[in-house]
Amino acid sequence: MNYSQVLLMRPELSLIALVVFFLLYDLIAGEKGRKYYHLVVSIGLVAHIVYNLFPTGDVSISEGMYVSSPMLGIVKTILTFGTLIVVLQSDLWLKRADTAIRRGEFYVITLFTLLGMFYMISSGHFLLFFIGLEMASVPMSCLVAFNKYNHESMEAAAKYVLSALFSSGLMMFGISFIYGLNGSLYFNDLLQTISASPAQIMALVFFTAGLGFKLSLVPFHLWTADVYEGAPTNVTGYLSVVSKGAVAFVTLTILLKVFVPLLDEWQQMLWWLIVASITIANLFAIRQKNIKRFFAFSSISQAGYIMLAAVCATPVAMTSLVYYILVYMVANLAVFGIISVVEQRSNGKVGISDYDGFYKTNPKLAFVMTLALFSLAGIPPFAGFFSKIFVFWAAFEAGFLVLVFIALLNTIVSLYYYLLIVKAMYISPSDNPITAFKSDTYTRVGLVLCLIGVLGLGIVSSVFGFLDSVSFGI
Amino acid sequence: MEQYSITPLIILLPLAAFLLLGLFGNRFKPLTAGIIATLEMTATTVIAYFTAFSYFTSDRLPDGTFATFTPFDYVWLPLGEKLTFNMGILLDPISVMMLIVITTVSLMVHIYSLGYMKGEKGFQRYFAFLSLFTMSMLGLVVATNIFQMYLFWELVGVSSYLLIGFYYTKPSAIAASKKAFIVTRFADLGFLIGILVYGYYVGSYSFEYSAHLKAIATAGTMIPLALGLMIIGGAGKSAMFPFHLWLPDAMEGPTPVSALIHAATMVVAGVYLIARLFPLFVGFAPDVLHLAGYVGAFTALFAAVIACVQTDIKRVLAFSTISQIGFMIVALGVSTSADPHHGGLGYMASMFHLFTHAMFKALLFLGAGAVIHAVHSNEMKDMGGLWKYMPLTHITFLVACLAIAGIPPFSGFFSKDEILAATFMFSPTMGYLMTFIAGLTAFYMFRLYYNIFWAKPYEVKSGHGGHAHKPHEAPAVMTFPLLFLAAVTCVAGFIPFGNFVSSNGEAYHIHIDKQVAVTSVVVALVGIGIATLMYRGASRKVADGLERGFGFLYRAAVHRFYIDEIYQFVTHKIIFALISKPIAWFDRHVVDAFFDRLAWLAHVTATKIKGLQGGNVQSYAVVFLWGILAIMVALLFITFGVFWLM
Repeated sequence: MNYSQVLLMRPELSLIALVVFFLLYDLIAGEKGRKYYHLVVSIGLVAHIVYNLFPTGDVSISEGMYVSSPMLGIVKTILTFGTLIVVLQSDLWLKRADTAIRRGEFYVITLFTLLGMFYMISSGHFLLFFIGLEMASVPMSCLVAFNKYNHESMEAAAKYVLSALFSSGLMMFGISFIYGLNGSLYFNDLLQTISASPAQIMALVFFTAGLGFKLSLVPFHLWTADVYEGAPTNVTGYLSVVSKGAVAFVTLTILLKVFVPLLDEWQQMLWWLIVASITIANLFAIRQKNIKRFFAFSSISQAGYIMLAAVCATPVAMTSLVYYILVYMVANLAVFGIISVVEQRSNGKVGISDYDGFYKTNPKLAFVMTLALFSLAGIPPFAGFFSKIFVFWAAFEAGFLVLVFIALLNTIVSLYYYLLIVKAMYISPSDNPITAFKSDTYTRVGLVLCLIGVLGLGIVSSVFGFLDSVSFGI
Repeated sequence: MEQYSITPLIILLPLAAFLLLGLFGNRFKPLTAGIIATLEMTATTVIAYFTAFSYFTSDRLPDGTFATFTPFDYVWLPLGEKLTFNMGILLDPISVMMLIVITTVSLMVHIYSLGYMKGEKGFQRYFAFLSLFTMSMLGLVVATNIFQMYLFWELVGVSSYLLIGFYYTKPSAIAASKKAFIVTRFADLGFLIGILVYGYYVGSYSFEYSAHLKAIATAGTMIPLALGLMIIGGAGKSAMFPFHLWLPDAMEGPTPVSALIHAATMVVAGVYLIARLFPLFVGFAPDVLHLAGYVGAFTALFAAVIACVQTDIKRVLAFSTISQIGFMIVALGVSTSADPHHGGLGYMASMFHLFTHAMFKALLFLGAGAVIHAVHSNEMKDMGGLWKYMPLTHITFLVACLAIAGIPPFSGFFSKDEILAATFMFSPTMGYLMTFIAGLTAFYMFRLYYNIFWAKPYEVKSGHGGHAHKPHEAPAVMTFPLLFLAAVTCVAGFIPFGNFVSSNGEAYHIHIDKQVAVTSVVVALVGIGIATLMYRGASRKVADGLERGFGFLYRAAVHRFYIDEIYQFVTHKIIFALISKPIAWFDRHVVDAFFDRLAWLAHVTATKIKGLQGGNVQSYAVVFLWGILAIMVALLFITFGVFWLM
């Protein structure tokens, strides 16, 4: 490896440069300059997206330890875009007295987790993969605990740390099995030596369970509701979309790069995980009273739909998966942006019944929320409809008829519970509705970006076509 | 071909009106917004008429059919190697016919709504939704492929959800809109799976089948399966049994909306779907087609019986619509070939009835709206004797009733006659059954008519501030659509419909089958006669006597044969009690209790972790481990059987 090869890690290097710049800015800018801190960070992220908009070709560094391809570059850009929206929406929260002095930490830690995801996506070796994964999840617990004088936030962080450590341990156990059985951790070598023996299958199961934890697939999902509820709302948004999207993509690429010989076992395992995740999460979502918990279960079920693409491992499935992540990202971040701004403006109202009569006081936000919910439920012409269709098509083409049917049935259930929120906002009368307020400019920009995505991503078919041109599979 | 280059405007104009009113509606005065939408609809109608005129007057192909034009077909998305999703406009006899139906009724509803919805809150929003609905319905009928049809199909569902729930402060309206949405979405599951199956085996969604006949033939039993699944979606939108239950509730929406959606356009989407796929049905899945016919016949009978006892006038019309759509499905279902002279007559009859029914049923709904507008009630008991106060509404309503009863020379007679002739060709039993239902139709329609306009003198109630409230004729914007549609109903029967639309595309000369015609008219007259006897006068001795005599049947019919209750029972009691509740219980008592134990154990043995009230992160870990173990055992078992242990 030489110096010139390092330069090929363009998205990572530019992100590191940004992190260093933001750290220094925090130190040097002083009282006056810190007023513009949020703006600087937002512009920095936009610059990062623009700089990496046109992905590099295939890259392989250090004998395939780090790899990159146009598709990986695009996924990184999508994740950065999601992070940008989360950052935009968090200004109001970061202005609060207890968080204002630590706002620099939020930016830097968030970008560190993003960097970890970048390395995780680009890994061609289990070691780099694991480092990336931990880099994404250890700082994440700091984010979950960011409201450090808030008891729930602390509790959520403790639960997150413990569960994450536990799952990482099991995953490491699986990786050590892989090393012991195959004598290498390079993806390229493993592809040749892995076979369907009981020990290899054990390794696969342990490894997948670790991923299942990050994706919060049933039965590895139990931490999700508590952590989503307790974490600061913006962090919940980040956790539910960016972090989840990165792991979902990695799940598919690792299957393609390493576990192709175990395809049958993989598909059988995911089959059950998907059915359990979609169905159980849907049934639990109906009962929720807290809107953040509600969306925790919604996100578990959405992860099941994302995995519907991962189970097929065809090129069109990869396209569908990335497209689904993008569409899910804009819709879910719109929802969390609204929950966050409502929480900040109403002294922490997060019950679903608090949204009764929301339309009368804040019609615009209620409208955006409705569109986002429609998109999540998969109703045309919103983007969520198309993303679901493509995922279903990919799974159907790969022969998973029953799975598609179960998933389709579940879309009806999800339509029902998403409409519960619409009903609360538009119909349920309330003596004490959330008062009318003006949202801040950053949140508005973030919501407009989400809205453009919700309305446009489906109709502008070239997005899907473009993703399709760079996807790969078996 | 170039005269059709403006056809995209048929979709784009309503879309533009929707965007304009949807985004900036509140900047306009309510009336201005309504007029903008109406003018836009007028322009769309003119273009549609122009298209239809130039289409039907163009030269026929050498084989006697009209050419099929696709003035616009855009590859929206290529998926995989062979499959593409297209968006385009297809002009063939039935799509052009549907353009006329939709634009005409929609324009009439727009004009009528200017008067009917006057002063309602959200007037602008109403017209925005109306434009959205019209756009999606037009997009549905001109679809060049099944995928586009499905897309607009769902969009029609969304816009009807918005329109039914227009009175969103009324809980019953919201419940109804949600019911309609979820029931039809449920049926659409079948449609979607059918589409996936079809696309997978045929490799194309295009309605130009001829290029894919080979793939269709090799797909074998998959084609009937796919078509059968698609019909389920059609049954949902067209309110066929057992999906019919959303339609009567959807009457909670504004009445002009019912006229547009629940009489003329959306509810016939299922019929249109079958007609669109007719060559496939006849060629590859005749059994599925006949099955649909039987379901249609059952629905027609079932709904007609219920219609006889409803007291809400809009609900009578709703059940009547279900019954009439049953007629159209039966007509398609009894087709055995694509030759109109040998077993293919039903196709033409069905489309003809779709056309005439759209006009007279829209007229009935709009007339009912005028009545409701005048007496502020949907219930028959609040009406009676209105002929004196609303002469125009009375006459037009009578025309529509005669048409639906099948009395010549009104349009319904001609189309229903063709349907009956087609069913008699298929099987005499079916023919007699449908004739009986036609008589029932005449009965319940005239029961409705007499109860509204005659029965008893209208009791003038003292209204606000002591002023006597007399019902009066609706304003001109509301009576004009009534008169227009009544005129259409009077003359539409004489349109040589078979010339334009027939199962194989060749001109088919409609001739009245004398035996069938005489029978059906006599039966209809008997139905009307009985209704006159029972409901014409103020005393209802006969009717009350019958209600007492057939008490059980009567009550069952009033309760719509308890279908709703059964659904309630299944959805709430069974699904909720057997699935959701046990899961909740299991979660609370078994899972929690079990892990509380474990947590307690862990609590005692391990160091205490303070600050975690639930203290059950440990239990999460246990579930995690059990999950891994279960998956592993299952996987190894599946892969190696029991021998992996050795």
